[in-house]
Parts: sequence; C-alpha cells; structure tokens
Amino acid sequence: MTTYREVMIDKKIVEVDPCLTIMQACEQIGVEIPRFCYHERLSIAGNCRMCLVEVVGGPPKPTASCAMQIKDLRPGPNGEPPQIKTSSAMVRKAREGVMEFLLINHPLDCPICDQGGECDLQDQAVAYGVDFSRYREPKRAVEDLNLGPLIETHMTRCISCTRCVRFTTEVAGIAQMGQTGRGEDSEITSYLSQSLKSELQGNIIDLCPVGALTSKPYAFSARSWELQKTDSIDVMDALGSNIRLDCKGREIMRILPRNNDKINEEWISDKTRFVFDGLRRQRVDKPYIRKDGRLVEVDWEEALDNVSINVSGKKIASVIGDMTSTESIYALRLLTERLSGTYECRVDKSCLSTSDRSGYVGTAAIADLDNCDKVVLIGSNPRLESPVFNARIRRAWLNGAEIYLIGQKVNLTYEYNYLGEDRSALKALIKNVDLDLNNNTFVVLGQGALIDDDGEEVLAATKKIVDTYSCKFLILHTAASRVGAMEVGFTHSDGIDSALEGAEVVFNLGMDEFDLPKNCFVIYQGSHGDRGAHRADVILPGACYTEESGIFVNTEGRPQLALRANFPPGESKENWAIIRALAGKLNLDLGYNNLQELRTKLINEFPHLGRLDQIKTPEWVKSKFKEFSGNQLFKPYYLNYYKTNPVARASLIMNDLSKNLDLENQIIAAE
Amino acid sequence: MTIHKEVGIWKSGSGKGKKSLRGRQAENIHLEEISNLLGARPRKKDLLIEYLHLVQDKYGCIGFHHISALAEELKLSQTEIYEVATFYAHFDVIREGELPPAPVTIRVCDSLSCELKGAQSLINNLKTCVDPLEVRVIRAPCMGRCDTAPVLEIGHNHIDHANVEKAQEALEKKDFLPKIPAYEGYEAYQLSGGYNSLNDYKKGEVTPEEIEEKISSSGLRGLGGAGFPSGKKWSFVRNATGTKFLAVNGDEGEPGTFKDRFYLEKTPHLFLEGMLIAAWAINADKIFIYMRDEYPAVLKILNKEILLLEESGIIERGYIDLRRGAGAYICGEESAMIESIEGKRGLPRHRPPYVAQSGIFNMPTLVHNVETLYWVARVCREGPEILSNVRKNGRVGLRSYSVSGRVTKPGVYLLPAGSTIMDIISAAGGMLNGHIFKAYQPGGPSSGLLPAKINNVPLDFDTLQELGTFIGSAAVVILSDRDKTRDAALNMLRFFEDESCGQCTPCRVGCEKAVKLMDCNVWDEELLLDLCQTMVDTSICGLGQAAPNAILSTLKFFPKEVLR
Repeated sequence: MTTYREVMIDKKIVEVDPCLTIMQACEQIGVEIPRFCYHERLSIAGNCRMCLVEVVGGPPKPTASCAMQIKDLRPGPNGEPPQIKTSSAMVRKAREGVMEFLLINHPLDCPICDQGGECDLQDQAVAYGVDFSRYREPKRAVEDLNLGPLIETHMTRCISCTRCVRFTTEVAGIAQMGQTGRGEDSEITSYLSQSLKSELQGNIIDLCPVGALTSKPYAFSARSWELQKTDSIDVMDALGSNIRLDCKGREIMRILPRNNDKINEEWISDKTRFVFDGLRRQRVDKPYIRKDGRLVEVDWEEALDNVSINVSGKKIASVIGDMTSTESIYALRLLTERLSGTYECRVDKSCLSTSDRSGYVGTAAIADLDNCDKVVLIGSNPRLESPVFNARIRRAWLNGAEIYLIGQKVNLTYEYNYLGEDRSALKALIKNVDLDLNNNTFVVLGQGALIDDDGEEVLAATKKIVDTYSCKFLILHTAASRVGAMEVGFTHSDGIDSALEGAEVVFNLGMDEFDLPKNCFVIYQGSHGDRGAHRADVILPGACYTEESGIFVNTEGRPQLALRANFPPGESKENWAIIRALAGKLNLDLGYNNLQELRTKLINEFPHLGRLDQIKTPEWVKSKFKEFSGNQLFKPYYLNYYKTNPVARASLIMNDLSKNLDLENQIIAAE
Repeated sequence: MTIHKEVGIWKSGSGKGKKSLRGRQAENIHLEEISNLLGARPRKKDLLIEYLHLVQDKYGCIGFHHISALAEELKLSQTEIYEVATFYAHFDVIREGELPPAPVTIRVCDSLSCELKGAQSLINNLKTCVDPLEVRVIRAPCMGRCDTAPVLEIGHNHIDHANVEKAQEALEKKDFLPKIPAYEGYEAYQLSGGYNSLNDYKKGEVTPEEIEEKISSSGLRGLGGAGFPSGKKWSFVRNATGTKFLAVNGDEGEPGTFKDRFYLEKTPHLFLEGMLIAAWAINADKIFIYMRDEYPAVLKILNKEILLLEESGIIERGYIDLRRGAGAYICGEESAMIESIEGKRGLPRHRPPYVAQSGIFNMPTLVHNVETLYWVARVCREGPEILSNVRKNGRVGLRSYSVSGRVTKPGVYLLPAGSTIMDIISAAGGMLNGHIFKAYQPGGPSSGLLPAKINNVPLDFDTLQELGTFIGSAAVVILSDRDKTRDAALNMLRFFEDESCGQCTPCRVGCEKAVKLMDCNVWDEELLLDLCQTMVDTSICGLGQAAPNAILSTLKFFPKEVLR
C-alpha cells in the first residue's frame, strides 16, 4: 500500500503517490509542465531544463520537475506540506531563459521544416518564450547523418534532448545511436553514420521534439494542419496496433500511432508506418475478366454476370487473406453457405483449433507481459512477426524477466536462454520442473510452429505446458484477419486442403500468399495486382484496409474498430458491398443491405465481437497431448519482414528496405 | 566471434546463409591485438576507459578497427565505445579515412597561471619550430603545475618553466616519460610510525564512531571545494546495508589547484592511510581512486605504493582500484566521476539520490578529496588539535593554498584558514618585482575574481558568500596591474566552454555564448547578466552554476575594463 503524501501545487493541496515526480503529480491535477527531454516511456534524462518549477523552502532556484520525486521534497518548517509553484516569476524567468538558449542555435527554419505545426519547440516557444532573440552571433551548424531510407535528419535543429538515443537503446534494443563529444561540440550520431537496423526506428520521428528527425517518405508532401485524421487499426501484423491515418484529399500521406497501453502503447513498427505508398501502387481499380487467357477490363455488370454464371450449380470454396475485415469475412461466409460451399481462413495450413476457442486466442492479454517473470517463446520470432510486441517482451526482460526460446536462434534484441530447435525440446519443457514455470509465466506460441503437419501436436504440447504450470498463454498470429475469421467460424473441420478439394470455383477474398489449385475457376476480390490477381479468372476490385470500416480482432482476441479514412480508387468498391451485389445477382438474400445491417447481424450472432476493446476470455480446454509423431525442427514463419502482404510488396519503401537487407547479405556473402 | 567461412551463421530457411554478422566486423588481426593488449585483465564494462588508455598508449590513437575489436572483446556496442572515447580529451579517435595524429604530442597548458606567463606565444613558437608530421602541438587545460608556469607535457613528461629550447631538448632525447620526484616511501613512512593508527583501529581498540567524533571535533571539512563536514558523511554510508564503496576524488582539475599533487608527490602514504581509515570506518568493500591523467608521476607512485601495501598484507590484493582519468574536468564533480568509474561518459547525475545513497554501481558510496584523507590520517595520528587549535581572524583550522600568478615564490602554502589575501601573498614571497597587486582568483575559475581592495577577508569556507564567490579548492591566482581582468575572465570561460559536458542546455549553450559575448571589446551587460542568471538557476551541476562567477565578478568589480 502506498501512503499518499500531501503537497501544495500552485496553492492547491493535493494528495499524491510519493513515488511520482513533481511533473507527474502536476499532470495528475492538470497543471501543464513544458518539457523536451522527458518522455514517460523512456528513462529520465533531465537535460533540457525546460520543466523547471519552484520548490518553496528548497534551494533558492528552480528545480527540474522531471527528475525530482515527491518523496524527496522537504516539508515546511512546521511540517506543512511541501509547496510547488509552477508559474511564479522565478519559474517564468527560468523557462524564458532556457527557451532563449534552446533557440540560440536552432535555425528557425520552420517554413521549410516538416515538423512545423506539430513541433514542441514551436508550441513551447509561443507558450513559454519571448518573441525575439537578443543573440546575433552566427549559429552552430551540424552535419546531417545518414540514418537510412526512413529517417531524414537535420541535425542543426537538434536540441540534444537524447530521446532518440534513449528510445533506440532502451525500447528498440539497438546500440547504434549515441551522443559524442562534449560541450557545444557534442552531437547525436549513429556510429560512423550507419543506417539504423531496427524495425521500430520510425518511432524516433514521433519522439523528436523538434524537426531534427523527420520522415523521409513523407518529406515535404503535406502540412500537418491540412491533413484529415482518421482513427484506425493496423493490419500489417495481428497485434492490432492503434493507428491514425492522415489523409490529404483522398490519399493517405502518413500513418502515425495512437496510444493504447493495452496493445501498442505509443509505438508502431516501420512496416505499419511506412507502408502507405503501397496503398497507391499496383492497385486493381477496375473489374477484369479472363478472356482467351488474358485479363480484360470490363464493367461491374459484366463482371458480376460472369461470376454468377460460373458459380451457379458449381462446387464452391472460399478463402480469405490476411487483411480482410471481420464483416467481409462474415458476409463471404453467408454467401458461401447459401451456395452450399466450403470455406477456410487457415490458408497457411495452420493447425489452430476450431472447436476450442482457447486454441486460437489463448488466455493472456498482451499487457500481462508487464508483470510476468518468465517468457517462453515457442516457434516464434516476435521481432519479425510483431516488432512492437517484441519491444514489450524486451521491456519485461529489462525488468528482470527470464526469456526462453524454442525455435530458430535469432537476434531478438534481448538475451534469452536457448532451449532447442526441435520438437524434443518442447517435449522436454513439459517435464522440466527446474525452470519453475508458474502462473507468472507468459507462453508465446508462434505460427511458424503451427503450419507444419504436426502443428496440432505442437499446439497440444504447448497447451500441456500451460496446463501443467498454469501459465498465461498467447498465440502470436501473423494475419490481422485470422482471429476474426476464426471467431465467425470461417473454417472447415479438416483444414484448407479438404476445403479446396474438388472445388470447381474458388472465391478468393484478398488472399495473395499461397497458390490455389489448378483447374478451377478463381474469383479474386482484392485490392492489389499480386499473386491472387494473376491467378484469377475474374477480378472484383475491392477496398484496402484504410478504405472501409471494419472490425479486426487482434491476436489476444480483442475486437477493435477501424474507421474509413479514404475512398477506394477507381471503380473498386467496399468488400461487403461487392458480396452484397453478387448475392443480388444470384437472387440470394444475405440478410443485409448496408454495412450497418451486416454489422448488426454479425454482432447478433457473435455478441462478444460487438464489445469493442474487450477480450472475451475463452473457456480453457485441457490438453490431450500424448507424444510427437516425429522430431521436426521449428521453422520461421517469415523470411522477409518487409514483404509479408500485397500492400507491403507494392510499397517502394518496403522494397528499398528489403533490397538493402539483401544487398547487405550479398556483400557479406561475397566477402 | 571468429568468422566461419564454411558454415553460414544466422542461417534461416533455405539458402546459404550469411557469412558474417550485420554491420562492421572486427578483423581477426585487430581482435588479436586487443586481446593481447588486454591480456588476462577482466573483460568488464566499467574498465572501458582503462582499456582505451591501453590502446591510446600503444597505438597513439584509437582507430575504428580497434573500437570494433574492443566492442567485440568487451561485449559492448561500437557506439557505446565511440561515445565514451570522444568524451575524453586524452583519446584521439580516428574515423575511417582519417590520418592518425603525429606520433608525439605536446600539450601546452593555457589556463590562467600559464597564460599569464605566456602560454599563447609558447604554443605559437612551438608550432613554428616542430615538424607537424612528427610532433603535434595542442592546447590543454590546467596540468596542476601552476607554480612552475608555463608548463607543457611531451608524451607524459611535464616540463616546468617551459620554453621552446627545453621542449626541443626533450624531443631530441626522446624523453617522454614522467619524472618521479623524491617522496616518502612505504618503509620510511612505517618507520616513522605510519599505519599505527590504522592497525590499532583494526584491532578493535576504538569504534568508528569514536574516530568520526575525532574527525568532527577537528572541524575538518571536505577540501575538494564543497566543504561538507567530513565526519558527518561517514555515518550516512556506514549505516547503509549491503555493498559500500569509498571513492577518492583525485581529479584535481580546477585550474590553479595543485595541492593534492603536492601532497601525493611528497607523502603519499599519509593519504593512503587516511583513505584506509575512512574505508575501515564505513566498512567499505572496495576503494576506487580516480586520479587525473595529468598526474602521470602520481599514478606511478600510487601504483607502486599500493602494490607494497598489498605485499605487506595491509590490504588485500585488489582492494584498491586505481583508475586513471582521461582529461575531463567535469569528472571532478563527484557523480560525473562515478559515471566515469563505471566506464561511461562523465555526465553528472541528478540529485537526489545522493551518492551516499546511490553511488558507484548504485551502491552507497563515500566520496572524499585526496587532501581531506591526508588530514584524516594526520588528525588520527596527531590529534584533532592540529586543526582545531589553529585560530586566526575568527576562523579555525589550516588550509593549503595553491598560490600562483604574479608572486615571487608560487607554491602550496599551509596557512591558518583565517588568512587574508595579503597573508597569502606575503607567504608566497610578495609580489613579483615591478608588479602591483590588482586582483585575485580566490578558489579557481569557478570562484571568479576579486579586486585587491578586498584584502581583509579571511579566505575560508562561508566567508566569501557575501561577495558572490567561494573558496572552493583554494586555488589562488594573483593578478597584477599588467594583467587585464577581462582577459582573465575570458580565459576562465574558455576553459568552461571546453570542459562543459554538454548534457544540459544552459551550460552547453551558455558557456559557448558567453565566450562569444565576452570576446567583444565592450560587453553587453544586460544580456550577459541574463545569460548568467539562466546558467546559475538552471544548470544541473556546479560547473554551469559557477561558470558565470567570472563574468559576474568582472562586471561587479572591474566594470571599467569591460563597459563603455
């Protein structure tokens, strides 16, 4: 139990946790303290000196509120609560002084700076500074760094707050950035100007309080005040990171994180952030029909007619891709059922359990990582499968959690105890009481382990461990649509192969990762000219994830709503609408006429999907694990982080990053 | 990690796999060099600065390939090493494509006392007479030999009263090693009753509390500059549980100060005994001595004498860890020194927590100045009266004044703490012939300047506050009518500009800006006062808070020299 302590902040007596800093205490009662270097998710540096406040009775000068804890304040002479003033003359004078100092060497090139309009330095100069500078000497200039294709640097603007250094070393776990030299010669650098090697580097753009680190792909393309901001959910991985889509006209100009402590905190991965140019390229924006072996542009009428003719009386199977919203999946299920077809979402042959909900959503929430003391990773490379989740594991590790890994030995940015690379290691873990796994152990099962033919056994064995030691259990999915599809029962009892067996028509809703069987008629409904479109006999151009509203259920089973930010290009339409139109052509009533009705129908059938942001804890089904049939190696799910879906493959930025990676590997191989 | 040519590492899935790790890799030859250089020494992060010294001493610079190899060897990232190496002035970090510095380096001190004796012209003259490919001439901050100004250092050989001829002679003879002065060695010290106090205490004849009381009754205060009552610190740390450390601050960087060197080069064992008494009193698990790199002779003496102490069984092997600074004034600030001992950049820490609660490796740490410990030994041996019985002008105790500048006999003078500047000048043999006393620096550049007319104030703790200054480390520099106070103040601020660690905004920006503003013939008083105010109020540590004193005192006492 914490005993709260009374303090007086600006003549108001408040009771606060003594462990808080003055700044946090002030924030709790709504008193704003300016700051540059302080960031609540990073260690305290206390170097910018902007957050000064006056502590009455302390030394006769201002105190840095970010670095002083309430418990260290001295009470008044007669035991009165310590008194803090945040806007006294002394404080104002000190802040003006610091602000003037910060601006002495700042180039003030706001008109050509991308940070303009959303710059801490601008805002605080207006709020706490004076309107002119008395210093006339030439300003300091600093050479820019080359940090790679994502981050543009203007180091002359840098105010040495070291947020970027602290983020990269503490959160991202790379030791590439640092501060060199000393005094006025000190500079933020990456060692010998190497580009950064992290999947989370984009976050330092958000962290930089000035325009020293800006986004290279977004450079000079828009001003923050002319962007329309839409709240959405990321689909690059199954974490369900909360994002904001910034549009100018009908184009997404950039993607930023939204804070959600339960999921991504305020970080997003580079793929999430920089994939937006892939939304404009390689789009299928008109319906196509394959005539004489070639895809020919047609109008919607002809395309839908063609589909209805080819579907009638045939055996149909439906599959979905990784980025499809739950509503569209549900609509496709309704349609396929009416056509007496089969459907399956586990296109990667993943052996997720259909009958047992705990066999695909697990029992743990992502935030449980913060309190766990052991993490067991089975057949997963979270650094590639979900970099933001990996950063959270890293923090657990920093806080003292032991990490164990079964699978491929990879660099995860933290140290782990390696338990082995094959099934026998997993089996041994069941009986290994020495590790003292307990109810504070977080078990992560990756998809790489489930796509092998003995995936069911891997799942059962993992569940056995969870059973035996009452661990927390999370299945780390890779497809954003997967859990939602599992929730609406878009599965076939015997998996993808039997679902597709004997199918004369395959309805492919945005699936570009795997090949479909030969000798069947393929309808591809999707957004990009990728593998799925090439194999198609009819292409129905659909919306991408930013272009329609939809529910996505993340890897822990948390439904979240993504809003529409812009419109699908050309003649492409929202996915639910295409399915509705097709049903109309086939004279089928699917029970909805618009998205609202579809969503209501979905929620009526699956009420927990309507409870947004809440996890419905599954009923735990005990494992019946007996023995592994063989001793296979755990294989990785992804080989190339930057090319995991059609949007990323269409993105030039992702291609650049991927090329850099290849080049580096080639150079190394050549040596 | 050596590179396996046949088996790919980081191999995943199909394909041949990579032949090497990502990024620049250390080559085997450099790995071998570093590995040989480090020998059997432990591969610990906190020893990074020691190992950088090994590289710098052997190869004359720190090249990127050695950084890679050192990173590999110490399991650190290359950036971490690069950050640390570039922080310290005594490391020459060479980036890819850059040429290493000339094989011989001459550092010429340009701090106030040496500047008064013509350091600038010495630098310029030296530069014209040496081959820049063979010899590099650079400026350097105070080397703690102000009594023999001007001073230069060739390699590690300090040349007193330096001139071009002496430098050339040393260059010709390749005389680059430090000269060890005659000092009282272990045997002589022991024969004269040394270590008796320590041995008595260890037998349990007295309690640490009694010794603490003895120290307190002598009135001894921290002689590094802050003046914290010495005995009082002990109980803070002694009462803490768990691992505890004693750290000795031998980074006597305040220009004009050379008292610690004076005592260490004469009677090192008095210091060592005082240190061991303090360590005994707080039950320290280990002692760290952080000695500045500008004192190579002291480092040699201490290395040798500590070895003798180990051999004689007074201490266990490895109980004392002697660390070598690397040319950073800020490391004289106790928390920055602790960071440096931990092998990092010397950035001062925020307080609280104080170092007595959370110091080296976040353990309770007692930090003492060298001279304080010298007096601990003397008080223990000779009784508290040696200090408490000395009274003058209402002040109690003794003080070692490092006197330099325009006096006949510069040097360290042990005088009553109540001495005024006139007492000090007369102790130092009076003013130089033809010079008239004009101004003085009472305690290093952090204390600014006082005019000759303020000549009746005792130079002690607490007596100078009213004048806006303090005694600090008692580094007294005397200026005469031939010196400009403006130039002296500018010299001081140039020093702070070079030595600011760059952590906090006010000091990083303020020092640099102050130099530019002071470089004008007429100072902008209002602007400078505002700048000083911001630095004093908002800097993290004493460097930024005290640096403006030189500006403020010049404006206050010598306005005619800088204002229209």
